[in-house]
Amino acid sequence: MTKRVETDVVIVGAGPIGLFAVFELGLLDLKAHLVDILDRPGGQCTELYPEKPIYDIPGLPIVSGQELTDRLMEQIKPFGATFHLSQMANALKREADGRWALSTDADVEIVAPVVMIAAGGGSFVPKRPPIAGIEAYENKSVFYAVRKIEAFREKDILIAGGGDSALDWTINLAPVAKTLTLVHHRDGFRAAQHSVNKMRELVDEGKVQFHVASVKSLHGAGGRLEAVTLSGADKKEWTHNCNAFLPFFGLTIKLGPIAEFGLNLHENLIVVDTARFESEIPGIFAIGDINTYPGKLKLILCGFHEAALAAQAAFHICRPNEKLRFQYTTSSSNLQKKLGVA
Amino acid sequence: MKIHATDRNGQSRELEGRDGWTLMEILRDDGLDITAECGGACACATCHVYVAQEWYEKLTPPSETEIDMLDMALAVEPNSRLSCQIKVTDALDGLVVRTPEKQA
Repeated sequence: MTKRVETDVVIVGAGPIGLFAVFELGLLDLKAHLVDILDRPGGQCTELYPEKPIYDIPGLPIVSGQELTDRLMEQIKPFGATFHLSQMANALKREADGRWALSTDADVEIVAPVVMIAAGGGSFVPKRPPIAGIEAYENKSVFYAVRKIEAFREKDILIAGGGDSALDWTINLAPVAKTLTLVHHRDGFRAAQHSVNKMRELVDEGKVQFHVASVKSLHGAGGRLEAVTLSGADKKEWTHNCNAFLPFFGLTIKLGPIAEFGLNLHENLIVVDTARFESEIPGIFAIGDINTYPGKLKLILCGFHEAALAAQAAFHICRPNEKLRFQYTTSSSNLQKKLGVA
Repeated sequence: MKIHATDRNGQSRELEGRDGWTLMEILRDDGLDITAECGGACACATCHVYVAQEWYEKLTPPSETEIDMLDMALAVEPNSRLSCQIKVTDALDGLVVRTPEKQA
């Protein structure tokens, strides 16, 4: 059953710009729902570089990606935005009344007069290793995530990678697998030490096999994997029988379904004007790294400015009969009340 | 200072190095197959390059962070490096690198 919700603005992407848009919209009494494929807010800031310092946020000489996200979450708290996390914004269609309906892959439909796309480079998706013909096996024998452990019972499983996902699934799938083999390009791992220790125990007990190797080619038919060719550190190749292959090489950013939203794209970026940061389709805005216009700089601080202007324009669409009066948070008791400080 | 770069199609070109910049920035600015999703923070493994063996040994060895992050690169070889972690200096005049088939 599709769950349908209505709001003023639906924001695609809960990175710093999507979060700050909640603030700018909130000052104008506009409610927002956010959709993000990641399981927590922050976008690239928390997914790619939570601990790396950022030096060019005005007024914050040094701030980490995680801290910036935490502070933005604190800043938007008074506005009670609704987050739809771990969901992909799948499709956008126009309702009969002119509003937009954004649907997600979790069967949620968010209806709003305004859509703000703040999706950065798109959505985070698993990296696909460069092995010829791997697409044909995907979701049949090759999986980039484990949804149900039971689906792997009695399988001959091959896992590739050296991070937490690779190690966690080696440990969790070993009890149900017929055989489980882990391959990695070196005998060292970037995963949590206790996971590495546990994996090595399983190897010592003969429950898991580990090889310093990489997968060169896949063998099978009709999407059913039968074996792979592995290449060891000495470049020697051998055939390894398996019927399930799980590569874990982290996430990358792809534009994804936004490409199908019917927007004017230039090199995978949404073309906007610089007064409203609206796309060529009225009611659909694009802010942050995902937009392009003459002079565009992909900086968080530029995205903040874009969010402020887009919010003003969104107000006129959401509240066509109301007058917008510009106010400062420093002096307006009305705004201070909304912020919960008056 | 020159850098010899070969792209994923096997096309070679000579780039002008810029002292103090990272190899990632030089390759990216010249349109080589560099994604650099994280912008050079050693956080994404999409500026992966193969360094010619004779040059690999002359580079400052990779940090623990870079070695860990290389685990997330595709088709890693013993001469793999993340180009955002290589500072270009005059000592690297003539550096030979190749970009991989895929960054992500």
